[in-house]
Amino acid sequence: MPTASIEVVITNSHGLHTRPVMQFVDIASRFASEIKVHKGGSEPADADGKSVMQMIILAAEPGTPLRIDAEGADAAEAVSQLAKLVEDKFGEE
Amino acid sequence: MEIKKGIAVSPGVVISTAVVLDAEDLAIPERHVGAEQVPAEVARFGQALEASIAQVQELRAGVTATAGKEIAAIFDAHVGILKDKTLLAQVEKEIKGQKTTAEFAVSVVMRRYADLFHKMSDRYLSERVKDIHDIERRIIGNLIGQKHYDLAHLSDDVVVIAHDLLPSQTAALDRRFVRGFATDVGGRTSHTAIVARAMGLPAVVGLGNITAEVNTGDVVIIDGNHGVVIINPDQEQLADYTETNRRRVGIDEALAQLKDLPGRTTDGHEVTLMANIEVPEGIDEALGKGAQGVGLYRTEFLYLTRPTEPTEEEHYEAYADSLRRLKGRPLVIRTLDLGADKFSQSKQQSPERNPFLGDRSIRMCLHDIPMFKRQLRAIMRASTQGDVRIMFPMISTLMELRQAKMVLYDVMEDLEDEGVEFRRDIPIGMMIEVPSAALMADSFAKEVNFFSIGTNDLIQYTLAVDRTNEKVAGLFCPAHPAVLKLIRDVIRVGQRHNISVSMCGEMAGEPLYTLLLLGLGLTLFSMNGPDVPEVKKVIRSTTMEHARQVARRVMSFDSERQVMHFLREETRKLVPEAF
Repeated sequence: MPTASIEVVITNSHGLHTRPVMQFVDIASRFASEIKVHKGGSEPADADGKSVMQMIILAAEPGTPLRIDAEGADAAEAVSQLAKLVEDKFGEE
Repeated sequence: MEIKKGIAVSPGVVISTAVVLDAEDLAIPERHVGAEQVPAEVARFGQALEASIAQVQELRAGVTATAGKEIAAIFDAHVGILKDKTLLAQVEKEIKGQKTTAEFAVSVVMRRYADLFHKMSDRYLSERVKDIHDIERRIIGNLIGQKHYDLAHLSDDVVVIAHDLLPSQTAALDRRFVRGFATDVGGRTSHTAIVARAMGLPAVVGLGNITAEVNTGDVVIIDGNHGVVIINPDQEQLADYTETNRRRVGIDEALAQLKDLPGRTTDGHEVTLMANIEVPEGIDEALGKGAQGVGLYRTEFLYLTRPTEPTEEEHYEAYADSLRRLKGRPLVIRTLDLGADKFSQSKQQSPERNPFLGDRSIRMCLHDIPMFKRQLRAIMRASTQGDVRIMFPMISTLMELRQAKMVLYDVMEDLEDEGVEFRRDIPIGMMIEVPSAALMADSFAKEVNFFSIGTNDLIQYTLAVDRTNEKVAGLFCPAHPAVLKLIRDVIRVGQRHNISVSMCGEMAGEPLYTLLLLGLGLTLFSMNGPDVPEVKKVIRSTTMEHARQVARRVMSFDSERQVMHFLREETRKLVPEAF
């Protein structure tokens, strides 16, 4: 099974709040791959990238490093689209 | 096996399977289910999730334009969480692993999430815990809603175990299969108690936390004679109660022989026995017990059983239906007595600080004349089809009575203008259930055709006891000398003015008080249908002279204990099987 992984940093103004999480899960759910999100920094934690609850509980504030891991046929495409969402600050101003 | 003691409010014994109703606004107790029940619980959870998603999506569709993006985003998040596969998996795992009800599994999983939210350092996120509670309430509300639906569509006999039954809940029950009630809270005259007695079903209330100790599917004995509930009884108790039930059937059969005999004392004084009803269908059962008419038609149920206020036509249909069933026998219609413990739909949103002293009953009607007139028009239109009498509840001042009568005369004028037939000299009566009305009976007697004493409220207002508060319910006692003096005086006033005085409160249906009331001069008793035979039995066992002696003696006592003790002794002498 192909895998892909990428490291990003949260840079939008309020971090992974409800709305950014919804956008993230929305995109993640379009892919067949399993998607895991690992939060680095002082309080490391893991979340299922397709679970709204788990992603909110990550409580990733601005400046937090994240690693997005995907496993499945469309892993590479999933990782690149999710990384783009984070890097684009979730479309915020 | 476990034995719980509560307040016996409706006699009889039933052995049946329990259905437990959780309350949405209380903590969900830990409840386990059998292995075979697990798939059904998982399925219930799935249905509740789907229902919840649909509700939130509907809410979201409604707000977009008006309330703006913020609120819509919150609802989007709720949908996101409700569709979260890990949430689904966790609740399922909880149900399967711990073998609990879906309600409890949801509350466990959601509490876990709520704790995580609380711990977050980010203020904004930790406040999202409100959303978690909101979602939890919605899912659990839907799970409980399914149970309500199930209770309206039963196929086997059950007893209902609940925190407190609301009028709207009892109205929706499939009465063909409900065999008894047991509740955490409530007193002798709470709604559950009244409904149970009207249906002739055993009930025990004020049991504390019975809902936490019984699981749906448990076998339960409800002993409405002694106020006892036995959860999962052993063989011996089952045998005992089965035997008790057989003996009771024997006594009932003996009482049934009295059905067509008059309510007459052995020295020839005749008394009229009528029934209290809540729905027209109740008339058939009451007549079957020997009732001679309806002395109190509680019209509240028309309001409580439908989502909106009943129309004039719906009122009219109910009254016409009742008169058809009565075939010429009298029908005393009490106008709307909502408020306090019984809320209509439109009132539910504005709680009062002291509802029993608040905007209830006739006061509420006089504050909403169009609603009041709809009911009065229907009563007047039905007045040509039988012996209809109209009765105003909760009158506390002369002015209120005059206002109510004025509205009634307005309605008559309107009908006359429209060329609709009605009975102009319809008997107009009032309830005596507030001490001020009892003390002023002499003035009221000149302005009405009859009095009917409502003992539940008269006792509560005279003794200042909230009858539904189990901590003080013990102080609520019809035998209190203050209450008896008011009753005696009202009956005397009626005799002096030559107007009829009846009693339609619960006291009228308790055989313990029959001798006393008879002796005080009461000639019209109105009670729940199932109580008619026993009261009639007492009446047919005594002379009027003896009843008067009993009443004189009782009126010389100064404590309710003496009164009750004496009445129990005297009644037992006449009718040994009564107690």
